[in-house]
Amino acid sequence: MGIARRQFDAVVVGAGGSGLRAALQLAESNLKVAVLSKVFPTRSHTVAAQGGVSASLGNEEPDNWHWHMYDTVKGSDYLGDQDAIEFMCRKACDAVVELEHYGMPFDRLDNGKIYQRPFGGHTSNYGERAIKRACAAADRTGHAMLHTLYQRNVRAHTQFFVEWMALDLIRNQQGDVLGVVALEMETGEVMILQSKATLLATGGAGRIYSASTNAFINTGDGLGMAARAGIPLEDMEFWQFHPTGVAGAGVLITEGVRGEGGFLLNKNGERFMERYAPTVKDLASRDVVARAMATEIKEGRGAGKDGEYILLKLDHLGADVIDKRLPGIREIAKKFANVDPATDPIPVVPTCHYQMGGVPTNVQGQAVMPDGKGGEKIVKGLYAAGECACVSVHGANRLGTNSLLDLLVFGKSAGQQVVKDIAAEVVSMPDLPADAADKTMARLTRLDTATTGERVSDVGGEMRRTMQAHCGVFRFPDSMAEGVKKMLAVAERAKSTFIQDKSKVFNTARVEALELDNLIEVALSTMISANARQESRGAHDRSDFPNRDDKNWMKHSLWFKDGNRLEYKAVQLKPLTVESFEPKARVY
Amino acid sequence: MDQRSRDRIHWHCRRGLLELDLVLERFVARHLDTLTAGQTEVFKELLAYEDNDLLDMVMGRAEPVNESLTAVLEMMRTV
Ligand SMILES: Cc1cc2nc3c(=O)[nH]c(=O)nc-3n(C[C@H](O)[C@H](O)[C@H](O)COP(=O)(O)OP(=O)(O)OC[C@H]3O[C@@H](n4cnc5c(N)ncnc54)[C@H](O)[C@@H]3O)c2cc1C
Repeated sequence: MGIARRQFDAVVVGAGGSGLRAALQLAESNLKVAVLSKVFPTRSHTVAAQGGVSASLGNEEPDNWHWHMYDTVKGSDYLGDQDAIEFMCRKACDAVVELEHYGMPFDRLDNGKIYQRPFGGHTSNYGERAIKRACAAADRTGHAMLHTLYQRNVRAHTQFFVEWMALDLIRNQQGDVLGVVALEMETGEVMILQSKATLLATGGAGRIYSASTNAFINTGDGLGMAARAGIPLEDMEFWQFHPTGVAGAGVLITEGVRGEGGFLLNKNGERFMERYAPTVKDLASRDVVARAMATEIKEGRGAGKDGEYILLKLDHLGADVIDKRLPGIREIAKKFANVDPATDPIPVVPTCHYQMGGVPTNVQGQAVMPDGKGGEKIVKGLYAAGECACVSVHGANRLGTNSLLDLLVFGKSAGQQVVKDIAAEVVSMPDLPADAADKTMARLTRLDTATTGERVSDVGGEMRRTMQAHCGVFRFPDSMAEGVKKMLAVAERAKSTFIQDKSKVFNTARVEALELDNLIEVALSTMISANARQESRGAHDRSDFPNRDDKNWMKHSLWFKDGNRLEYKAVQLKPLTVESFEPKARVY
Repeated sequence: MDQRSRDRIHWHCRRGLLELDLVLERFVARHLDTLTAGQTEVFKELLAYEDNDLLDMVMGRAEPVNESLTAVLEMMRTV
């Protein structure tokens, strides 16, 4: 086998908040760690997080982890695993304080304690009223978190492989994961990184939709790698949408705009929210607004040449009020929507924001899958954390600020488990099968030798449009069934992509073709899991099954690439130490 | 500029912030081919900034410390 090979105790794929937190645990335990990242670590998508990270520190008002747990279980629409949620909420304060000790510049109160602010869905005393639980570093929480963790990793001698793209997991006959096959972008060379433990921390895949708040790098590579290696993807039908992203761009327009008196119009100039929510109108909750917008667009009342968006009007507020109460909005609208909201409405659409599903793991970050005998088994050598993992703490719907917390808590616990497994020799340096990189090389060879075929941008565009139209924020049965057919066809086309540029050295066309392979797996899993789930729960909202159905559907979906097969597994309703929160209607 | 240098720049336009992805994509499409060698160097220097610092400059919320960056930054502000 002519492929270069290097050995590490652990390989971490991804250098966002979760990857860096995990790597730190490993490097500080003196393991030999390689962290791969497509981009420089502090340019990972975690940098976009502004709102904050949740922890029941109680610095502003009394709070405790059990209230936080209640909010998270309820927010998940009872699809979150209650053991994992207890685990996370209990560890939140330590995780945040630890980060503070690493030097994270949190905003502070006059008494020196960490300042906290309210955030949607977080309440005191089991839903009584809003609580201040989000800790932030100005509007740069994610940025500060990445920098703090990166510096700390440098100190601990973590070895970074920047502009390296992991392509595939290596698994042996027993199903153990033995490392990854990766591409060094600078040289275009492929290398095997062999390891006792492989940890996926590749973030979300929001780029499967044409309207997405996610940066371009969010292509779900870890999910594609897992799917191709025969590992199922859990709860992929659940994607959180934000009602108002700029049409065609994805950039968020804060909900504050409607709070200040802005409202939504369809192409006829009708203020349609009056029909859907007669009393609160445009101030209805996110899901109600997004559903109404999707319905207007589906029924042909969208504005724009293809009827593809809704108009957000705020010119009646006047330029002065807009500038004073909504600073920055005019600049954002001008730059990304090409309109000045002081005179013209902003075109907006419900926009994909966060992926609740991912690689199934337990609270120690170990990847798990069905054992074929009705139980579950650990995939030896594979771990996952962050947005690419499904523990599942977010269930059918994530609460704001809980995902940065997820990165810290499960990044650390996955790191700790790797250290433990290596010490106990549960995992060891594996023998590589002779064909370790064959499938990957075959994929690359096809791409490098194809002389005709589909353009990557065409297939990608078709995928994004299909997902947006057929599996968006509000889902219609006829449209979803058609979407499944279309996605299967798009996936077929993706098998014959073609790139003009055949060079090896820093060939971004090649990288983007490989990213598309991953996006396709994510899109297919989403489409198929969504079509099958005959209920509405959290972010999965169907017109034909408007209610949650706990009797038949309080279970996690598991999608297998092989045959597009679905299996289901029970939700863990039993927490670690406390009583279970029984399912109730999720009303706020 | 050869394809390899273009690709390297193209990749360094991949950011953690969507706003920058969008602005840089437009900038590259519109200007990369006609930048002078000096402007290209300035563009690379700007790309080396942290995401939030670069976005603040692009959105006009902050000014560059180094005046030599101003002209190219102005082009980024108006794409
Ligand atoms: C606009 C916005 C605002 C948000 N605000 C908040 C907030 O206020 N609070 C909150 O809790 N959450 C927030 N979120 C969600 C949160 O930011 C993300 O869920 C979280 O940052 C994901 O972190 P991660 O470590 O899982 O992945 P990322 O930060 O996305 O990192 C992924 C890493 O994997 C690497 N990678 C990917 N594929 C490969 C590959 N094939 N090979 C090598 N490396 C690879 C990337 O280079 C990167 O380093 C927000 C999200 C958005 C979009």
